[in-house]
Amino acid sequence: MQKDNTIVLRVEDIYKNYGNVEVLKGVSFEIKKGETKVIIGPSGSGKSTLLRCINQLTIPDKGRIWLENQEVTHTKKNINQFRQKIGMVFQDFNLFDHLNALRNVEIGLIKVRGMGKDEARQKAIEELKQVGLEEQANLYPAQLSGGQKQRVSIARTLAMDPSVILFDEPTSALDPELIGEVLEVIKKLALNGMTMAVVTHEMGFARSVANEVIFMEDGKIIDQGSPRKLFTNPEHARTRKFLSKITELYGRSAEKK
Amino acid sequence: MAENLLSIYEALPYLLRGSLVTIGLVGGALALGLTLGIPMAIGQVYGNKYSAGLISFYVWFFRGLPVLVLLFLFYFGLFTVLSLDLSAFTAGILVLGLRSAAYQSQIFRGAMQSIGEGQMLAARSLGMSKAKAAWHIILPQALRISLPGWSNEYSIILKDSAVTYAIGLTEIMTRGKFIATRTFKPMPIFLTCALIFLILTYGGVKLLNLLEKKVRIPGYGTEREGIY
Ligand SMILES: Nc1ncnc2c1ncn2[C@@H]1O[C@H](COP(=O)(O)OP(=O)(O)OP(=O)(O)O)[C@@H](O)[C@H]1O
Ligand SMILES: [Mg+2]
Repeated sequence: MQKDNTIVLRVEDIYKNYGNVEVLKGVSFEIKKGETKVIIGPSGSGKSTLLRCINQLTIPDKGRIWLENQEVTHTKKNINQFRQKIGMVFQDFNLFDHLNALRNVEIGLIKVRGMGKDEARQKAIEELKQVGLEEQANLYPAQLSGGQKQRVSIARTLAMDPSVILFDEPTSALDPELIGEVLEVIKKLALNGMTMAVVTHEMGFARSVANEVIFMEDGKIIDQGSPRKLFTNPEHARTRKFLSKITELYGRSAEKK
Repeated sequence: MAENLLSIYEALPYLLRGSLVTIGLVGGALALGLTLGIPMAIGQVYGNKYSAGLISFYVWFFRGLPVLVLLFLFYFGLFTVLSLDLSAFTAGILVLGLRSAAYQSQIFRGAMQSIGEGQMLAARSLGMSKAKAAWHIILPQALRISLPGWSNEYSIILKDSAVTYAIGLTEIMTRGKFIATRTFKPMPIFLTCALIFLILTYGGVKLLNLLEKKVRIPGYGTEREGIY
């Protein structure tokens, strides 16, 4: 968690409606280099929509996104250039089912970054090592456990050398005994200074890794602050209520870590 | 009986040369249908509404007419009007191929649409353009899923190819008819034709099954049940 003061990602007053449902109602925050922000909040509060707005998989109705002082929204530049720099890890992994682990990691390097085959392979192997899966390089997604799939998907994202990685509930689809290995990998990234936004219900992880926790409800940020502040002395009753409920639900697995 | 066998024996080389014509015709039509059908499927699934509309119209037209009508329409109609001096063989490939493109595009389209949207999302979030994602991520999966349907398309075109008899293409049936009328032995001759068609159908489908096995990937098709 070596912080430095450069702002990597700035989210400015993002609004998004689906029909007449207001999903995001003016969300702003920023992430500094090396910071890990954990985003929590009840189901339907707009967390996934927010992450998708950041890399423009969903186009916000209003507001701006800045990546390293370049505007991602309203840009003349190709959005694909930005997406390479904004990694995204999904709840259900979304590994390419027809490619083995190694090819999943190298395909972005070859087809998007135009890297040569040999160099891409080298790098892909390195990234698989990072997540402890070099032995599984030749296995297909259907042959991997959920935890392994998610680690491959993290390696696939890392390979693009992103400036920031967005995690959308990376452990929610996993069996309890597999959650730990994925959180370990993310924790290691945090320690190595990766800049990240992590949507999660794993409070133990939030406590030990987050520089700041953001509590979202109903399309807005209700509370934000250091994990210690948020968990022991939240400003809002709503935050407290949500935290006690989430501890009830996920309490045991969170406490173990 | 011996007489019948003799007439088959004499007719066989001539009929077998006809089956080479049939194989060329079917191969050409399938290849043309494949090269047109893939971009059509991509255009229909990922294109704008104009390209999708245009392709739907094409599919509607070619699937809505009997193959004999299409053959006459193109061979005696359009190709003549355009004063294209095409051989019956080329014309046969074109018409059967254009028609097969309509059917093949729908096989691929269905397969592409059956692939979860997460695949596209993941590809786009790596920075792939829509076209690259469709080509490198969606299509390889869709083609695998399409193989059984494609093998079905092969056997349908093979059988449809017999109607090119009507534009005088010297494939199996044209030759069969020719010998049958000359020798007055329609039964053994047409039985031989039928047998050749059965062998071609069976052999082709077997080959495609082999291909299916070869490109099979864990987690796809029948193996899926074994894993989950
Ligand atoms: N494509 C869409 N079309 C219409 N409504 C949508 C769409 N995507 C999301 N929504 C709605 O927006 C709201 C916020 O959804 P979102 O997925 O962002 O919430 P979330 O905080 O990620 O919830 P969860 O914890 O369940 O993942 C929900 O009410 C959802 O139904
Ligand atoms: Mg969500």
